[in-house]
Amino acid sequence: MTTAPAIELKGISKAFGPVQANKDISIRVMPGTIHGIIGENGAGKSTLMSILYGFYKADKGEVFISGKKANITDSQAAIAAGIGMVFQHFKLVENFTVLENIILGAEDGRWLKPSIAKARRTLVELAADYGLNVKPDALIQDIGVGMQQRVEILKALYRQADILILDEPTGVLTPSEADQLFRILDRLRSEGKTIILITHKLREIMEITDTVSVMRRGEMTATVKTSETTPAELAELMVGRKVLLRVDKSPAKLGDVVLDVKGLRVRDEKGVERLKGIDLQVRAGEVLGIAGVAGNGQSELLEILGGYADGTGSITVNGQPLDLTGKLSDGQSRRARGIAHVPEDRQREGLIMDFTAWENAAFGYHHDPAYRSGVLMNNAAIREDTEGKMERFDVRPPDPKLAAKNFSGGNQQKIVLAREIERNPDLLLIGQPTRGVDIGAIEFIHQQIIALRDQGKAVLLVSVELEEIIALSDRIAVMFDGHIMGERLPSETDEKELGLLMAGITDTDTPHSVEEVQANLAHAGEGAK
Amino acid sequence: MDAYLTILQLLDSTVRLATPLLLACLAGLYSERAGIFDIGLEGKMLAAAFFSAAVAAVTGSVWVGLLAGIAASLVLSAIHGIASITFRGNQLISGVAINFLAAGLTVLVAQAWFRQGGRTPSLFGKGRFEPITLPFAESLQSVPIIGPLYYELISGHSILVYLAFAAVPFTWWLLFRTRFGLRLRAVGENPAAVDTAGVSVVGLRFAAVGICGVLCGIAGAYLSTALQAGFVKDMSAGRGFIALAALIFAKWRPWHALYATLLFGLFGALETRPDVIEAVIGMKVQGQLLSALPYIMTVIILAGFVGKAIPPRAGGEPYVKER
Repeated sequence: MTTAPAIELKGISKAFGPVQANKDISIRVMPGTIHGIIGENGAGKSTLMSILYGFYKADKGEVFISGKKANITDSQAAIAAGIGMVFQHFKLVENFTVLENIILGAEDGRWLKPSIAKARRTLVELAADYGLNVKPDALIQDIGVGMQQRVEILKALYRQADILILDEPTGVLTPSEADQLFRILDRLRSEGKTIILITHKLREIMEITDTVSVMRRGEMTATVKTSETTPAELAELMVGRKVLLRVDKSPAKLGDVVLDVKGLRVRDEKGVERLKGIDLQVRAGEVLGIAGVAGNGQSELLEILGGYADGTGSITVNGQPLDLTGKLSDGQSRRARGIAHVPEDRQREGLIMDFTAWENAAFGYHHDPAYRSGVLMNNAAIREDTEGKMERFDVRPPDPKLAAKNFSGGNQQKIVLAREIERNPDLLLIGQPTRGVDIGAIEFIHQQIIALRDQGKAVLLVSVELEEIIALSDRIAVMFDGHIMGERLPSETDEKELGLLMAGITDTDTPHSVEEVQANLAHAGEGAK
Repeated sequence: MDAYLTILQLLDSTVRLATPLLLACLAGLYSERAGIFDIGLEGKMLAAAFFSAAVAAVTGSVWVGLLAGIAASLVLSAIHGIASITFRGNQLISGVAINFLAAGLTVLVAQAWFRQGGRTPSLFGKGRFEPITLPFAESLQSVPIIGPLYYELISGHSILVYLAFAAVPFTWWLLFRTRFGLRLRAVGENPAAVDTAGVSVVGLRFAAVGICGVLCGIAGAYLSTALQAGFVKDMSAGRGFIALAALIFAKWRPWHALYATLLFGLFGALETRPDVIEAVIGMKVQGQLLSALPYIMTVIILAGFVGKAIPPRAGGEPYVKER
């Protein structure tokens, strides 16, 4: 006896102009299973799912839902076919309540009151069936991202979806929230739901999926049973060559203290204290990793070190104090002191997206005499210099005249990295170095950070990716609610312990419930608002 | 008793002057709550004022005039909708264009049709909205306090005034108690949420812009057929912009829109009664200063004096499906 696959795609092709986003893609997903789709950014995963959800029309190919040919022309048709989608960027109305978001577009009749009442009852049932507890009357803007994601899942279940598509669901979650999501997905699978999980994280694929398809440059390169593959094999299928999943590094050769921070306090523009007395040191030849859930003061730490926030306390670099307020507390003065900064949000703070690569490669260092001829900029010199940088940092395509927005995330990051690292700084500040970056480029960026450290430079790394922190750091400091909760050596800790510290729990030896961790995190979130 | 009567008369003209502002403010509220900024309220009112006066003058029926005014306003709304929703153009530019179009065309057409220097003929009789005397207004007039209040303030307005005031609770109910309202508010906050929920963003936004057109049409008709008796050049006199300021002041909420427009109406009423001001503050105020008061208030309010007014988050941005 054979059951029909829950979803079957046959020969799907889609082109955007000259770019072939999907090329002749076929998949079968059996009901009650979790199917992973893995691939680098731009491999065509999201396009494929957008076709399945009716956002795009495929140029060629057919979709079958439970063995029947489906013609999905818009989101409405997808919902009717039993497909629910949880987008990477949530599609929620921030100042609506959970209930209002859930019924939006699926109301019963013209009047709101009966719809809300019915949704409230259904929500209780869904919470009981799948363990998806939410506060029905909370505003979306007041709840954490983990909760918001639950609301998205509930939206799909409320519309009686049997097939759930999740696009990079863990990108915004803490490790404990991600674990909880996986428990929910497991529960949904055991209740007979079919789940497609799109991700670029190999660990997630290995942990939860039954089968996995690999996409590369718009093509489906393989579909395998998860139990019969390895992360290394999948990475190779994704990138098309062997990839080093571990960061190869020798023990650190520690030098003098480069960065010394004492009692650092920073208030944001609303007067809320975001750094509440930070003490830390980074030595030459060392990577200090700052772990923490986004919004616990890491950004403010980078901002004041980089010279675009004011604060109190003391910061010395190579023994000389830095100005924390006033005219000499700016990026220009910081650069003059040997501090380079690769900001967390490269598209907003690291680059001007509409400007060319060569213009971007000069920003901040445009006063360099080498870039000048008389009172004018020597554009030819900058372009030539940029060309060299692009070659050394393997930026593709190596064209300095291309606008920053036309490069992929990884290549944009390489442009910023080249600009900052090639100035030979004593201290590199780097935030979220590989956010939205392909696995191949991640490898390269990690190598560059380690190379800088091996040259005896100090590196302060901020990342929400624990794996990255553990892989690169020589020492890890965990931030929570504007404080450093503790420092650990990567060899003597694990994600679980760090995860508890990130939630502000310091007695990491006793067991803690998920609820306790979440309550703590929610509390910190309030402080952030 | 004299002072009481003066206050009542002042409030009476407040109501009359607030009415077009209120209608335009609610018009903007629908549009902006759906994410379409509309600085063309002014132009739509002006066009409606002209066409309702012109048609009322020719047909002798103010109701036909009202319909013509609404139709004219809807045409401009459709232009705004097509430019900013269908073709995802810049909403401010489209609005500015509508204002210029209306300012120029009304006078031009008025001159071509009536040859009275860009005016329409004066309206009289059935060509105007006459004040309505509410039941028992005459007989209750002698009752102390309540009698004059009822007679002077509540009774004796045109039907459009009552319509405008009734539109406030109706708008609140529509926005916050119906499916349509939920979707309308959602599309102004996050159109992607509406789109992925399987509801048409374009349809909702056109509906909102259409409602905006109808209300602007009524506001314009009120100007030329109830407040005045005929159309004169630029008779909207910046009311569309004051309505926008009131909308920000009200933070896009219907009841607050009523309060804000009443405040602006009061300033307008004070302008006509310098004697009252003189009696209250004990010195003479220049008439020009009084005339400028609503506009000065507008500037102060727009300068952020009212505190943080957060507009609908998707306001002003055309919706493009993202990948």
